[in-house]
Amino acid sequence: MSRIKTFNLPDLGEGLTEGEILAWLVKVGDTIELNQPIVEVETAKAAVEIPAKWAGQVQAIHHPEGTTVEVGTPIIAIDTDPGAGPLEAPSTTATPSGDLPTPSAASLAAVEVAPAEGMIEPGLIGGAAPGGRTAVLVGYGPRTTAAKRRPRKGAVPAQAVAAPAPTAPTPPPVVTPVAAPAQNGRAATATGGVLAKPPVRKLAKDLGVDLGTLTGSGPLGSITREDVQQAASGASVVVAEPIAATTAPSFGADREQRIPVKGVRKLTAENMSRSAFTAPHVTEFLTVDVTRAMKALDRLRGRREWRDVRVSPLLLVAKAVLLAVQRHPMVNSTWAGDEIVVKEYVNLGIAAATERGLIVPNVKDAGRLSLRELADALTDLVQTAKSGRTSPAAMSGGTLTITNVGVFGVDTGTPILPPGESAILAFGAVREMPWVHKGKVKVRQVTTLGLSFDHRIIDGELGSKFLRDVGDFLTDPEAALLAWT
Amino acid sequence: MAKGDPGGTTRSRRAASRSRKGAAGDPALVQLLTPEGERIDSATGPDGTEYRVDFTDEEYRGLYRDLVLVRKLDAEATALQRQGELGLWASLLGQEAAQVGSGRALRTQDMAFPTYREHGVLYCRGIDPIMPLGLFRGVDQGGWDPNEFKFNMYTIVIGAQTLHATGYAMGITIDGKTGTDDGEAAIAYFGDGATSQGDVNEAFVWASVFNAPLVFFCQNNQYAISEPLERQTRVPLYQRAAGFGFPGVRVDGNDVLATYAVTRTALDNARLGQGPSLIEAYTYRMGAHTTSDDPTRYRIASEVEAWQAKDPIARVKAFLEKQQIADADFFAEVDEQARRESVHLRERVLEMPNPEPVTMFDHVYPNGSPLLDEQRAKFSRYMESFEGSAH
Repeated sequence: MSRIKTFNLPDLGEGLTEGEILAWLVKVGDTIELNQPIVEVETAKAAVEIPAKWAGQVQAIHHPEGTTVEVGTPIIAIDTDPGAGPLEAPSTTATPSGDLPTPSAASLAAVEVAPAEGMIEPGLIGGAAPGGRTAVLVGYGPRTTAAKRRPRKGAVPAQAVAAPAPTAPTPPPVVTPVAAPAQNGRAATATGGVLAKPPVRKLAKDLGVDLGTLTGSGPLGSITREDVQQAASGASVVVAEPIAATTAPSFGADREQRIPVKGVRKLTAENMSRSAFTAPHVTEFLTVDVTRAMKALDRLRGRREWRDVRVSPLLLVAKAVLLAVQRHPMVNSTWAGDEIVVKEYVNLGIAAATERGLIVPNVKDAGRLSLRELADALTDLVQTAKSGRTSPAAMSGGTLTITNVGVFGVDTGTPILPPGESAILAFGAVREMPWVHKGKVKVRQVTTLGLSFDHRIIDGELGSKFLRDVGDFLTDPEAALLAWT
Repeated sequence: MAKGDPGGTTRSRRAASRSRKGAAGDPALVQLLTPEGERIDSATGPDGTEYRVDFTDEEYRGLYRDLVLVRKLDAEATALQRQGELGLWASLLGQEAAQVGSGRALRTQDMAFPTYREHGVLYCRGIDPIMPLGLFRGVDQGGWDPNEFKFNMYTIVIGAQTLHATGYAMGITIDGKTGTDDGEAAIAYFGDGATSQGDVNEAFVWASVFNAPLVFFCQNNQYAISEPLERQTRVPLYQRAAGFGFPGVRVDGNDVLATYAVTRTALDNARLGQGPSLIEAYTYRMGAHTTSDDPTRYRIASEVEAWQAKDPIARVKAFLEKQQIADADFFAEVDEQARRESVHLRERVLEMPNPEPVTMFDHVYPNGSPLLDEQRAKFSRYMESFEGSAH
């Protein structure tokens, strides 16, 4: 038995086909014990730590963090007897440390659809799913290698008859490309009627969408829930956010790129669709002169005890929201079907753009924090999010959210409520603008607030009062503090 | 970025509200060993029954050994799944006391009906822990002779085994094996989620009206996969028994002594012919529902931490130390035994042979069938037509 053992990514949960390497917990050269956690892998079902299958020394790590790896692919090589001296010959699987091979496009795309049974309809179990994955319900995912059927006794190889080239090397196994683009789109019209599942038809009926006018993006050109929702909302509600914004799109021959929907993107999409189509949203805007507040921030920064604290306009907005919630507690509530749950605690969510996509961690019980504690909590939350270490616990239980769109240089937006929350405030860019101040047009620092709220719970009057209070605080924080607290 | 949050807000709110209603201070909870390792002499159940245990030092040490071994073997199986050697594993982490306490209360003649998580009860029945792993490795169908081990096959269908147990227990009565101190009894294991199943409620009805010698042992681990307890019931589960006409008791499921005492009493009542009872072992699943699940998506970390403080093993260790029943050498020896047995288990799992394809015909009918024999022969000839065939 070989000293070097290669560990292939297993199916971590009943029929998964791939996993993303989140973090390596060991590095090349490390001595590891049996069952020592070596890598964190995130699948469609869970993020889990994989324990080492063998004790020994890490010989090679085959995929860097952030790579999505097919089940069955080697991810790490372990020397199970490092004390036995140097290796005689370099292992074929080992790669020099620090020189991680990029998985070739072919190795990622080459998921074989069982050739003889290749007529399975895409999207069905065993067939190709949208995004080039092979759909499986249970088991160990699709085969990633060519079928190795043992030859029949005394049988003449079929290939020898068809192509008599006895001296030629064995041809490589045929790899059938999955989800040929031609299979999508047109098939619907070719067969006559429109392909859509009953719940999708119901949704289209409810939303007043004519299925005949749509081009399906599902298997065999069938119309999906997303197609209907997109048509209903006037094409592009969701601003396209490439998964990895830094990598240029790689277009195929059809000049289209297909990005698999998964991970944070998938979750965001589900949450946004769910929220947008269950909670009736109302958005109101308020433009306020925040010159005094900006000056107050400067004075705060100048104080000795605040010297090392990161003080941003977001801090004042957060404070304004927390104070306004005290005056209007109904804003901090959840629609729970037959009851409205009003919360005394405010878990203040802050929408953060990260490399993995949009996440909304929250500051727990933010209403109880002093301004200084709030500042520290916000700084910590943002830094944790940027470094990708935000825990699921930090992202759950939010009660009210601020989305700071101003950092992208825009004035405002109509934010969509995180599921379970009743209000979300968009904080726009602070700009110098001509503004009527004490009867004269002056250059003042002005921003626009956008508040979306769930109209099942919050009426226009309450929403307006809340937004007004947030604006009042930002217009004159000192006076608001004196008047309210 | 005019968008909001992923992350199940409503679910977390529910989880938080449930943990506030938790077990602390519940007068109905039978407890004989506190989370701090303090012994309580006796505890009274809701119907006035007195529960107490009187173990020798050796027996106390034995229970500790059981708990540690069961946890270690379970952890090994979880690791094997992560390494691709098992297709799935349902971990019992956190529920060791409920399983060891009830498992050790069983007598040789008693019959147990497990779910797919009763690895601890299986261990206490003296069964080799390798036995169920073939099922999770996918090399057999999880079949064994229930009568040989007095331990039914793992039942994946939620709650189905409560009906099997009820029928079995009714059979005990018909055989005339109840009514004495050494009579027979059966125990049916299930979880809080199963109480919402029709099967379990039917089993309650039948066991009650036929006075079956059966103990319904519910490990309330607070979650039916991702659904919290308040989605199963508006009353404490043990109180359901009253509506069916038999006694119910809630025991601290993380207290191996109380679980033992309550189960032994319920089994003795059953074997004496006094009918069924329901035990709700109030506990917590520290891990995932199975290895395919991610509990961080539906429950909050603070809840898990709160239960961590009620760990079933830590309290026994604290008790043994305080009472000077065991010393450091003993704990080290138990850890070493656990390590040895888990390595042994791992080695044997890796060596489990893949089944021969033809064995799929083996257990269809107890006495075979001509049609099946013909199919088997045909299939064998087909397999033999390949080169390098082992047939």
